Amino acid sequence: MLAEDLLMNASLSILNWVTFAPLIGVLVIAIIPRKRHDAIRWTALITSLIAFVISLYMLSMFDQSNPDLQMVVRVPWFNIGGVEIEYFLGVDGLSILLVLLTTFLTPISILSTWSAVDERVKEFMIFFLLLEIGMVGVFLAQDLFLFYVFWEFTLIPMYFLIGIWGGTRRIYAAIKFFLYTMAGSLLMLLAILWLGLEFSSFSVPDLVANAKIPPDFQFWLFLAFAAAFAIKVPMWPLHSWLPDAHVEAPTAASVILAGVLLKMGTYGFVRLNLQLFPNASIDLAPWLALFAVIGIIYGAMVSYAQKDAKKLVAYSSVSHLGFVVLGLFALNIVGIQGGILQMVNHGISTGALFLIVGMIYERRHTREMDAFGGLWKIMPIYAAFTLIVVLSSMGLPGLNGFVGEFTILLGSFGSVALGSSLYAIFATTGVILAAIYLLLMFQKLFLGKLDKEENMVLHDINWREIITIVPLIILIFWIGLYPAPFFDLMGPSVEKLVEGLQSAAMVMR
Amino acid sequence: MFLTEGAQGLGLFAFAPLIILFPFLGLLINLTIGRKLGEKGVSFIAISAIILAFVIAVLQLLALLGQPIPLGATVPIAEWITVGDLSISWSMQIDTLSVAMMLMVTSVSALIHIYASGYMHEDVRHQGDPSRFTRFFVYFNLFVAMMMILVTADNYLMMFVGWEGVGLCSYLLIGFWFEKGKDGIGNAIAGKKAFIVNRIGDFGILIAMFLIFWVVGSLRFEDVFHWAHAFGEENVLIISVITMFMLLGVAGKSAQLPLFVWLPDAMAGPTPVSALIHAATMVTAGVYLIVRSSPLYSVTEVTSNIVAIVGTATAFFAATIAVGQSDIKRVLAYSTISQLGFMVAAAGLGAYVAAMFHLITHAFFKALLFLSAGSVIQGIEQGHHDAEHEGAEIEEPFDPQDMRNMGGLRSRMKLTFWVYLIGALALSGFPPLAGFFSKDEILADARIENTGLFLVLLAAAFLTTFYMGRQVLMVFFGKPKTEPAAHAKENPPSMTIPLLILGLLSVIAGALNAPGLHTLTDWLDDTLEHVHVTEFSISVAGIAVIFSTVAVVLAWMIYGRKPMKKGEPDPLRKILGPIYTGMENNWWVDELYQFLFVGPYVKLSQYLADVVDWRFWHDWFHDTVLAKTYRSLSYWLAWTFDLRFIDGIANGLADVTKGAATRLSVLQTGYVRNYALAILAGGLLILSYFIFR
Repeated sequence: MLAEDLLMNASLSILNWVTFAPLIGVLVIAIIPRKRHDAIRWTALITSLIAFVISLYMLSMFDQSNPDLQMVVRVPWFNIGGVEIEYFLGVDGLSILLVLLTTFLTPISILSTWSAVDERVKEFMIFFLLLEIGMVGVFLAQDLFLFYVFWEFTLIPMYFLIGIWGGTRRIYAAIKFFLYTMAGSLLMLLAILWLGLEFSSFSVPDLVANAKIPPDFQFWLFLAFAAAFAIKVPMWPLHSWLPDAHVEAPTAASVILAGVLLKMGTYGFVRLNLQLFPNASIDLAPWLALFAVIGIIYGAMVSYAQKDAKKLVAYSSVSHLGFVVLGLFALNIVGIQGGILQMVNHGISTGALFLIVGMIYERRHTREMDAFGGLWKIMPIYAAFTLIVVLSSMGLPGLNGFVGEFTILLGSFGSVALGSSLYAIFATTGVILAAIYLLLMFQKLFLGKLDKEENMVLHDINWREIITIVPLIILIFWIGLYPAPFFDLMGPSVEKLVEGLQSAAMVMR
Repeated sequence: MFLTEGAQGLGLFAFAPLIILFPFLGLLINLTIGRKLGEKGVSFIAISAIILAFVIAVLQLLALLGQPIPLGATVPIAEWITVGDLSISWSMQIDTLSVAMMLMVTSVSALIHIYASGYMHEDVRHQGDPSRFTRFFVYFNLFVAMMMILVTADNYLMMFVGWEGVGLCSYLLIGFWFEKGKDGIGNAIAGKKAFIVNRIGDFGILIAMFLIFWVVGSLRFEDVFHWAHAFGEENVLIISVITMFMLLGVAGKSAQLPLFVWLPDAMAGPTPVSALIHAATMVTAGVYLIVRSSPLYSVTEVTSNIVAIVGTATAFFAATIAVGQSDIKRVLAYSTISQLGFMVAAAGLGAYVAAMFHLITHAFFKALLFLSAGSVIQGIEQGHHDAEHEGAEIEEPFDPQDMRNMGGLRSRMKLTFWVYLIGALALSGFPPLAGFFSKDEILADARIENTGLFLVLLAAAFLTTFYMGRQVLMVFFGKPKTEPAAHAKENPPSMTIPLLILGLLSVIAGALNAPGLHTLTDWLDDTLEHVHVTEFSISVAGIAVIFSTVAVVLAWMIYGRKPMKKGEPDPLRKILGPIYTGMENNWWVDELYQFLFVGPYVKLSQYLADVVDWRFWHDWFHDTVLAKTYRSLSYWLAWTFDLRFIDGIANGLADVTKGAATRLSVLQTGYVRNYALAILAGGLLILSYFIFR
């Protein structure tokens, strides 16, 4: 292809816009005087809304019956060791929901900072929009090297969001977050380089289609990638950075961290480990499932003992994402679809929980649950929204969390790859444990007597706060009652993925 | 999206979805504009919604009657979850069993809604927050909607939506006065306990569903039962496992051993809640589930026997506890557990119709008893108020639910007394009231199937009459023991009219399946297989009535002849000694669970959180092992290794590292940045190796 054609191709694809639209906002904000906080906020919000609209346009062009990559942009970038590295974006059923989740949660998060972030608003918004670029890039990149670039790129803005706007131990938390992720991704980088040079391509679909990676190598490569992803998810016992990061991060960063960044880990498993290393995936599935189940129970129990509401929610992520990993490594259609849907559900429910904790923190500057009690009496709207979110998070049937959890558990219960229903049975106890810690949180905040002076003057949530939370509530009901459109989007791609796994299993035997 | 193609040719069945929709509309209206409507408007909307639902239930009945054979219909509403081989719709199954439940639930709900409009008017004022009137009816409507989803679902998963949905309403309504109860949090804790114990049961339902799906390939009742029909014999083992897990759910929802502990605490909810949810409807869902799943249960003798034993044991165990209670509602709560035990036992014995029959009659007379108890409580609260007004001395805190504070209400609350008496007699199984026929059917079945269980059930029936006799005598006979009781007042018609209707139903509902007619048996025969007609047994009925009469006489001798005086210990304590203490204290089951499960769980999670997660993983492993080791290593690299070897070779890179190390080592967090830089450097090295190799 001629260079002009390549450029045409590249500039025409909607995916460039989806990825880089926030850059426009960054540039505009860069020229707005730093004192003009409102102008900066509005610019950021509008930009992120535009990005969301563009992603909806992408959705409208998406052919959900097609299991392959769509709206592809593919341009040679540079080469190392004679192997071409490409600027290669594409979207399919495995990633489209996560792209939408990112563009959906970003404006919500920005709106939540309206009164919470009052210092260095300019830098905050710039970092936030840059973060969005990185996240969308991770979900769209189809070249391993490009994937790695976006993956590492997300670290930088998040590092600063925590390190500058965080709580008292923010530096410690930010560096810990940075190092843990970095340590994991270095192994991934090595594996990416080895793969690319060995098979003369960094393109994920090409590697999946052409490269027959010997099972022995698959094992080590799988582990190298899994190191990066397991830390990011985080899977037990690599979760030590998460409570620090969440407790110190500002609300909006927590929403994005839990809502999207953690999904980069689970997404990585689906996109790369399951596709590139099917044999290793089959061999190691029971181990991943084991750690996932331990995480489910461990996370739920540790959540229960927390006194800080935000830490409770942080640990609940360890538990919830354990469900996601369990579903993915069921390696069947039901489990993987459930796992992908649950990524979205977790983004919605836990994102909402962090918003909710942020709202009360903004009012009282504490998150110690014992400092509250009886808030329902003076903050009924806030209480009602929290109740719905809590119920969604604990998987009440009819709400989104249930659809994901049920399909995950159902898939893993009958999974051939796992070979035993015990994983699912133990994981199902997590459903009980979730009710225990979430209802305790609800009780400590909202029920009982309103007997603390400081709480009696609290005002209910305002219109801006209602607007931030209502879209999430709508999705909670939508996915709970009618998840078909969501499953339909990912269906063919997941089926193709599972076929790949099955044929790998056939070859192995 | 909506599955309309199936909806043609359904006739009246096409209206079925409205039975869920009306209560939802009611709650949406009250939720959005309830504040502006005022109490009258709110209760009007809520009650109308339920009455309309009742009308739909009647329409469904007519539709069934219009069929030559009432086989009913499946009414699809919408697609729900379709993933891989899993395909589940929102779809309703209208058949004789679900219509029986629809009629019972909507009629009782309508009456209790009417009652509640009067009761809650007073209650919100007593409790000091009139603004919660609307919220009550929102929850109440939601409950009915969820209950309708539960009983009309045509598959296990949709049923589970209703199943957990009613549990949610139960949670919300138990903790309705969430700032009241012990230490201001007691009610909220009772609600949470109910939810969590039910979730333990739901764990069983989930596992049962997973098994069913992987064995049968579908969660639709029709497919599952068809499969059980065809392949049940060779799959007895797996069906036994499925039904056992399901039984766990039943034990949770229908408060059977060992999961019954939440129901007595659930009495923290306002009395209409206790009547509707914790006596008449929700708690019977477990029985409904067994009956609905009868094609599975009837295949497996093992599970059926266990079901029968669990039910019988619960019936007796709870009855003993009821004898030792002094709170008017707690007596009824344990009585409910005991009666649910009768139903479960019947289902376990294969007497599914008897179970349903007792489920329906019990709904009427237990709702009646609870509502009358509510009338008593509110009458006494009124009396409390008036007595205070007149300057009478009242011991505080005064408990309007404690039967030891009552007495002599017969003359002050005539109507309440009479309906209470009807309810008590119906529950005790005196002819010709409803409970007589339904209980006799269970006992007659038990006698044929299993003599041991029959005797235990008979003993439970004896205790039932005894504790009801005790309660009626303590509450209504003798002299008032306190000023509030002496000033008690009858309640307004909105409360008493539902009592009269329920009283009437408690008298005549036995005709539903009267001996010789078998109306209900024939009716359910079109849905349930393996239905057998239990012939009325004069001998069993005779024995039961004799036992009950003896129990009444005994109760009178102990509590009636010489009424207890205020502050006097229960005469039974002298007779039974430590046994009475056990009955009074729920046989220490709560304490046992606290010791065995709750305490250890709390301790273990604290240990995991504080020691394992924080001190070990976070502080020791991360901060000490990883960080400190790295810090020492980086010092060594920077000062020893780096200076001597690398410096000359890779100046720039090492300078950065070293410079950073020196500069940052003074800072508390310096080591990590250093680490980051080193990683970056390492990454660059590796990268350059690949590029330039």
